[in-house]
Amino acid sequence: MENPTTSKVVLLACGSFNPITNMHLRMFELARDHLEDTGQYSVIKGIISPVGDAYKKKGLIEASHRVEMARLATESSEWITVDSWESQQSDWVETSKVIRHHYEELLAREHNRDDVDTIKYTKKRRIEENYIASSVHHRKRDGPQLMLLCGADVLESFGIPNLWKQEDIAEIVGRYGLVCVTRSGGDPHKFINQSDDLWKYRKNIHVVHEWVTNDISATHVRRALRRGRSVRYLLPESVVRYVQEHSLYSAESEQKNADVVLAPFQKYSDASTSG
Amino acid sequence: MASCRVPLVLLACGSFNPITNQHMRLFELARDHMHSTGRFEVVGGIVSPVSDGYGKQGLVPAKHRISMAKLALQSSNWVTVDEWESQQPDWTETVVTMRYKTHLLYGLKTATFGKSRLRSVNRFLESPTTLKRKYSGKISKYSSLKAQNTKLTRPFPQLKLLCGADFLSSFKIPGLWLDDHVEELVQRFGLVCVSRGSLQPERAVHESDTLFRHRRNVFLVREWVRNETSATEIRRALRRDQSVKYLIPDSVIEYIHQHELYTEDSERRNEGTALRPLIKQAHQPIKSLDD
Repeated sequence: MENPTTSKVVLLACGSFNPITNMHLRMFELARDHLEDTGQYSVIKGIISPVGDAYKKKGLIEASHRVEMARLATESSEWITVDSWESQQSDWVETSKVIRHHYEELLAREHNRDDVDTIKYTKKRRIEENYIASSVHHRKRDGPQLMLLCGADVLESFGIPNLWKQEDIAEIVGRYGLVCVTRSGGDPHKFINQSDDLWKYRKNIHVVHEWVTNDISATHVRRALRRGRSVRYLLPESVVRYVQEHSLYSAESEQKNADVVLAPFQKYSDASTSG
Repeated sequence: MASCRVPLVLLACGSFNPITNQHMRLFELARDHMHSTGRFEVVGGIVSPVSDGYGKQGLVPAKHRISMAKLALQSSNWVTVDEWESQQPDWTETVVTMRYKTHLLYGLKTATFGKSRLRSVNRFLESPTTLKRKYSGKISKYSSLKAQNTKLTRPFPQLKLLCGADFLSSFKIPGLWLDDHVEELVQRFGLVCVSRGSLQPERAVHESDTLFRHRRNVFLVREWVRNETSATEIRRALRRDQSVKYLIPDSVIEYIHQHELYTEDSERRNEGTALRPLIKQAHQPIKSLDD
């Protein structure tokens, strides 16, 4: 699978995963197929990073449940994993920071793989220096790349005031890369065209067309559950069972954070109002 | 005390080439809907894959389609696979399949109609009018059985056809359906039609006098999630070596790879041949005299 002439890619998906659905999982599969089809990439890993409770999104249930459901959902996958680092932070973490964290971990693992166990201290220090230097130049041709995987709605959310910092957007598309899977009704190309920042880095934005619309949104799933309707075959079987066992997603849970401001809005509007 | 809910079994006919999560969703949605009317209790679901004689392009052998359906439904505690239709040498009209299943539900598999025990299952498949004509003497036994049935605390379940909106529109296609059969389907049995996307089943009901006349026996269920995954798309993805994970069960994916189903060759099967119903029903008069 790992062709020496292709770049290794890790796909990272951030989001609520409230709950995870077959559509989220499909996104990974579509992205991998698309990238590998270009002949330039070899997708070696997928990471699902559920957001922390501090995000304060309406209806967001405890991170521990969301992480566990994602784990159950990816049990049968050979390449998609779940990472709970983001969900364990007490404050909300900007996506760019999450990417940076995972990229640094990725590099560290790569370097550890190259290390020989009997390495001397001085040699090890030199390698550490190289590692720090290389973390600045993220586009090493022979190093693995980390790309943010998302739907078109996330891409278009770049335009919502106070949701993202402009420099973060620039870093995500400029230094890392974006794989955007279009859901029904989106036109990512138009959006990219209308934004100078995105246009500048358009080569790093991979748009994957989902020819077969698969609109299983978590919102819809939660609504069905509130109404006592079946959600089988929209989520992996093990997740359906988990939801039932723990009686997740009720009218009550949907009201959580109803009167609270979303963390990014809180953070960025505070910043803009402060002198 | 008898519950006032009518027990109901949902039967889905189709190619199931292959069975997908979307097919299985149909059952879930239909069951939820029929329960919510307050009038029914769905007690079972049946997947009845069509026989190879249907002649549809790209149809892989029935034995594979049956195996895949069985794998997919392993985890279901109420939907099962029925092989009868797939085992018939020729394509079987939907209405005939439904008559057969109804008779099974009534437990009349080995009923005696006339002096001799019925050997051929084909006798079950006659229309109510034919049955009445042929077995007028014995029909009283049948109707008394039916009468007894309604006195039971748990009457035999009703059978309704479960389908998608595109199925409803197929009634319009010339030669595909006999008028009598459509009439019997909606009057005697009933339809539960699950729609998604842009297809409007209400329009199909409006545009057909038969459907309109029996509109109270046509239950329309709307699937709000836009989900266009179809077996056609699955087959296309498989041909192109693209992933179909999370669209169909893992066990079915494994089976497909093991048996190397769904290739460019398999898609060309039956290319150029007309669908069997169009041939079989081509020379029939519009009103069939004798089923």
